[in-house]
Amino acid sequence: MDASNFTAELDRHRRYLLRVAQLQLRDADAAEDVVQETLVAALGARVGFTGRSSVKTWLTGILKHKIVDAIRQRQRQPVVVASFDEETDLDDFDPLFKDNGAWQAPPADWGDPENALSRQEFMSVMEICLEKLPPNTARVFVMREVMELDTEEICKELTITANNLWVILYRARMSLRECLERNWFADPARG
Amino acid sequence: MFHRLTHILSCKEATRLMSQAQDRPLGLGERVKLRLHLAACTACSRFSRQMAVMREALSRYRT
Repeated sequence: MDASNFTAELDRHRRYLLRVAQLQLRDADAAEDVVQETLVAALGARVGFTGRSSVKTWLTGILKHKIVDAIRQRQRQPVVVASFDEETDLDDFDPLFKDNGAWQAPPADWGDPENALSRQEFMSVMEICLEKLPPNTARVFVMREVMELDTEEICKELTITANNLWVILYRARMSLRECLERNWFADPARG
Repeated sequence: MFHRLTHILSCKEATRLMSQAQDRPLGLGERVKLRLHLAACTACSRFSRQMAVMREALSRYRT
């Protein structure tokens, strides 16, 4: 791939990178910055791209490091640490369940999920659901599920315990599940 | 005794274990309790499939 084709190829992934960065950083300027840095780093490392993975996967790998750096810098500011504590606070009250631990509203049948997974609108709904998560929760969840960092790596980067991490991921999954069910699967035309 | 299977582990506890199973290997006792619960609970069995659907959706979002 020559340099101008390569630049065009990078540009094609710009929107995706911005969405992932925005989900993690919740700050349009900061997201723009890390994507810019990622694209510059990718251009510089063009010869290092072997074509064994897709350009998108390769870019996601670079973006991951840039985001981790940005979060690390931010974590030195105490206000972010405080909100992290808030989101990991273990409150035993959970409105999704009755006192005896049974479901308040049992999950619906999602039918054949392949119908949903192959639709672009479903992906858009999922994106909106992710954006609705509390900021730190979204960041951790995207690190785990989209960037596929392992749990140890995330705990180390964010200096949280494994238990905190499980609580955050649990809340993220419960919330995403509920949001997808309400905004997609509950519509009989789609399920 | 069958109706008591869901009392070994509540739905709330079962969902926590199913979420953690995506992030760490569950212990033998946890796996057994979860399996017994799922055998008796339709709602949590749905939940279990939904976790897999969400992971698949997120992996397609990535690629």
